[in-house]
Amino acid sequence: MTNKDNAKAYWKENIRYVLILLLVWFLVSYGAGIMFKDALNNIKLGGFKLGFWFAQQGSMYVFVILIFVYVRLMNKLDKKYGYDE
Amino acid sequence: MTNSIMLVESLGVQNWTYILVGITFALYISIAIWSRANSTKEFYVAGGGVSPIANGMATAADWMSAASFISMAGIISFAGYDGAVYLMGWTGGYVLLALLLAPYLRKFGKFTVPDFIGDRYYSKTARLVAVFCALLVSFTYVAGQMRGVGIVFSRFLEVDINTGVIIGMLIVLFYAVLGGMKGITYTQVAQYCVLIFAFMVPAIFISIQMTGNPIPQLGFGSELADGSGTYLLDKLDGLSTELGFAEYTEGSKSLIDVFAITLALMVGTAGLPHVIVRFFTVKRVKDARKSAGIALLLIVVLYTTAPAVAVFARTNMIETVSNQPYATVPEWFKKWETTGLITFTDKNNDGIIQYVADNAKNELVVDRDIMVLANPEIANLPEWVIALVAAGGLAAALSTAAGLLLVISASVSHDLIKKILKPSISEKGELVAARLSAVGAVCIAGYFGINPPGFVAAVVALAFGLAAASFFPAIILGIFYKRMNKEGAIAGMVVGITTMLLYMIKYKLGWFDEVLPDKSEWWFGISPEGFGTIAMILNFIVSIVIMTFTPKPPKDVQEIVETIRIPSGVGQATH
Repeated sequence: MTNKDNAKAYWKENIRYVLILLLVWFLVSYGAGIMFKDALNNIKLGGFKLGFWFAQQGSMYVFVILIFVYVRLMNKLDKKYGYDE
Repeated sequence: MTNSIMLVESLGVQNWTYILVGITFALYISIAIWSRANSTKEFYVAGGGVSPIANGMATAADWMSAASFISMAGIISFAGYDGAVYLMGWTGGYVLLALLLAPYLRKFGKFTVPDFIGDRYYSKTARLVAVFCALLVSFTYVAGQMRGVGIVFSRFLEVDINTGVIIGMLIVLFYAVLGGMKGITYTQVAQYCVLIFAFMVPAIFISIQMTGNPIPQLGFGSELADGSGTYLLDKLDGLSTELGFAEYTEGSKSLIDVFAITLALMVGTAGLPHVIVRFFTVKRVKDARKSAGIALLLIVVLYTTAPAVAVFARTNMIETVSNQPYATVPEWFKKWETTGLITFTDKNNDGIIQYVADNAKNELVVDRDIMVLANPEIANLPEWVIALVAAGGLAAALSTAAGLLLVISASVSHDLIKKILKPSISEKGELVAARLSAVGAVCIAGYFGINPPGFVAAVVALAFGLAAASFFPAIILGIFYKRMNKEGAIAGMVVGITTMLLYMIKYKLGWFDEVLPDKSEWWFGISPEGFGTIAMILNFIVSIVIMTFTPKPPKDVQEIVETIRIPSGVGQATH
């Protein structure tokens, strides 16, 4: 594989990861926290209505997890394509 | 008699405040002396070798301003569910930063955001537009910080607000001018520790008091500690509706506006130059990704506590004052009344405080900042905890102000002087210019802190809209769309920021009409705070349309795009 092909393949996998992670990002905040809040509010998590919990707690926890998942995936990807340093 | 005995026994809130604020200031100054900058590289990007953990802490302090520390919990406690726009908006942007911006900008490896725009779009005009946007965003933001410093000083140490602003200016001047990014980075690490400790201690105390649970994040979803078996949130929902307010967990903004504001804040966060520039200070691309994660983790500690504090404070306040006789209100109520942050007008002359949603009958007006500033007093916490809040508020305001001042000084000395006006300037000369611009910027910021134009407060929240409308699309397209050229990017930025400014002036400041236009006239029902989303979309569309009619970017620029997509071979940040 030439350098250029290598870089292209790396970029393609990176974009795939980014799109999947951003989908989750969108679903927890704009989905669970905003658009489907009212429906989720019928479910209770302790004293929290679930939609309210996603908007003021849950989505933020998921954001942190998403970044660390990305860090891990990319560190692996860098190694696979020989870009690790 | 009893009073004098108490005075002997305790230090008093004021003395505690002097001690804690004094210790933290001495700490910041020592760090600044230890970490002076000797080259432009140290001044702009701390030498480019900051560890990801230190950078994560510095980014968190840089990011969390007086608004996050002092005002946010208060805003949420009055807005209920709607407060989520700030919580999600100001944290979700870090996901965008980590996945879409930070790694590539680090690989690109320059000093400032206008650097990237200028090189990627091979144009001095693009660089100039970016400098203008960076200065506009940073100045609106920094004026608010200096004001915050003044307010904390005046409320806790009973000095004049202006004296407070000047003390704050001198401190920032000292360590930003001396240390540049290097000094700022390590003071911000210390400031993060101070501010998070100061925020968490009262929150934990109050959470135990009200629910028996020491973790505030869980406490506000727990049952009350009084043994009634009622959940705290259910109780607050009940109290709110009883007084005629919307249910706390429901909110009252329209869905589309909540959506737009959240998106504008997220995208704006990712486009703020003082946040982006922090990622130039680490060594490798993988460090940039990692430090974005650490920064968000550290930010989320405060951001998930804030909504809990909001619920505790609101419930506490309603229970303590609503329908109570004015004659028997607690001491903190009188104390904050003298500052004008609490006002009580006995409209029906019954001597009892009526706190209700109906404006005609409501007798109590509470400034939202009280919710954090007076919270420890309302909950009867020890004096040192109250003083700690002052030190924390100052740490939050100073760290953000310093970060912004650095962006301003780098925009002037590096982007304007070195790259446009006088490219022949020596390294030494540029360093002097950088320090002088920092001094100039502190003075201007201080001036606005002392003489705040009425519109500053209104405009600070909109700095995000401006960043969303200008930088974000230009940077994203620059990385992910190789075909994007200078014509498209410049047109997009100009149209985006102009539309945002005009909308802001019309619907937030009301300068175009005799009176501020009514909500019903908002485009698509979107408030000025959320309009950054529309302006950003407009920027994207204009960029792409103009691009299709104009020539491709030159070959070497297309190659830059290919290189920044590969993480290895970073080298150090260079000119």
